[in-house]
Amino acid sequence: MAETTAHTVKSFDEDIAQLRALISRMGGLCEAQINAAVEALVQRNVEAAAAVVEADKRIDVLDAEAEALAVRIIALRAPLADDLREVIAAMKIAGGLERIGDYAKNIAKRVSALAQAPPIEPVVIVPEMARAVTDMIRDALDAFVDRDAALARDVCGRDRIVDDFYNSLFRSLLTFMMENPHYITPCTHLLFVAKNLERMGDHATLVGEMVHFTVTGQRLVDRPKSDDTTTLASPA
Amino acid sequence: MNNTATIGHNSPVKMTARGVNVFYGAKQAIKNVSLDVSREHVTAFIGPSGCGKSTFLRCLNRMNDTVENARVEGDIQLDGQDIYSPAMDVVQLRARVGMVFQKPNPFPKSIYENIAYGPRIHGLARTKAEFDVIVESALRKAGLWDEVKDRLGESGTAMSGGQQQRLCIARAIAVEPEVILMDEPCSALDPIATARIEELIDELRGRYAIVIVTHNMQQAARVSQRTAFFHLGTMVEYGETSAIFTNPKETRTKDYITGRYG
Repeated sequence: MAETTAHTVKSFDEDIAQLRALISRMGGLCEAQINAAVEALVQRNVEAAAAVVEADKRIDVLDAEAEALAVRIIALRAPLADDLREVIAAMKIAGGLERIGDYAKNIAKRVSALAQAPPIEPVVIVPEMARAVTDMIRDALDAFVDRDAALARDVCGRDRIVDDFYNSLFRSLLTFMMENPHYITPCTHLLFVAKNLERMGDHATLVGEMVHFTVTGQRLVDRPKSDDTTTLASPA
Repeated sequence: MNNTATIGHNSPVKMTARGVNVFYGAKQAIKNVSLDVSREHVTAFIGPSGCGKSTFLRCLNRMNDTVENARVEGDIQLDGQDIYSPAMDVVQLRARVGMVFQKPNPFPKSIYENIAYGPRIHGLARTKAEFDVIVESALRKAGLWDEVKDRLGESGTAMSGGQQQRLCIARAIAVEPEVILMDEPCSALDPIATARIEELIDELRGRYAIVIVTHNMQQAARVSQRTAFFHLGTMVEYGETSAIFTNPKETRTKDYITGRYG
């Protein structure tokens, strides 16, 4: 944001800076967790997956810290205008990142089941889809740090890319299962993996929307939604 | 900068100010302020000390007439009537546009007399029964009746600070005003007494046009529907209270309400 005027009460600035730092650390951890979970999935590495499940607790702790700090700021400082928007947005962003962490953990949890089943081809799309998601998260948090409304809006527009990945993975997995019924177990797990990534995209979009709200005071209008799998009866 | 601010759609206007300048001697305290006061809403004036908000408030019932060296320019109307015109009866004006001050200032008389005094000099009642009705009605509207109905003969100055302030509001109400100006009415009160006054302001809203000057930003956000931000004698921003406090347009407004000013 252009303005950098400090608050008359210095500890208010310190509280806000600490809240921002917590959010940034959560975002960095989320990216790392997604990358590690997908890597474990592709490498069929059960130990690495277990480490991802364990590491999710760190994100949960940061989320609780961010929420407690935001509540404290509201109670003690009674923030207004952009301060108020920032604190409210930080709470929602922390919540969104915490859910993203949960989805990464869920991907990691499925690695042992997938490792026991024969490898299936559509898995190669997952790292690409994950990259689209982590790019969104990274840019959303850059936008948060830099107070960049345009970048935040751009992130929200990119959820469509993640949805497209999901739609195509959904179709190919359906086809794969019809052709090879004994692959239904790994395909079902992979379908949940894809769904987890798709939901992460939604939460990254929420982060982008909250950043946009913080910076401009305006809510973005309805986000585009191109997940059409709920109405799909057969693999087209 | 365009200093004119109107209330916007569908909001009946009780008072209008256009191009108001106020000078104390050579010093200009208010610079070209124009705004409308809504009949139905509570309007809050906020701003740092010395910004002119109280000075402007005092223009609305010509309290500045009593200040030596003070000179008011511009046009201020009450229901379309120029309040600075020679034809305006100032005593009558101050009955129509009542005022409540920072420090409660009850008369050193009984609670009953504090209320009855205004109606008596304005000839609003003649018989004891008529005065009784006015006193009870004003004290009820000010939320004070149940606390004082058994001790109306006691001195107004013997009450608690919060009760004294509500007595002053009751006193203002007793002469059937159209507008009530409040100049930091809670700054000498504890939080519970403050909450009672805020509750009272909410109950009086709609019956009277209310204008309140306050240093307490949260109070302005709670009790008002319109807020005007004053700075160095100019009116920087005027609009819906919710917009002013969540998404102010002017940087100066934002810096002030977020605690960054100065």
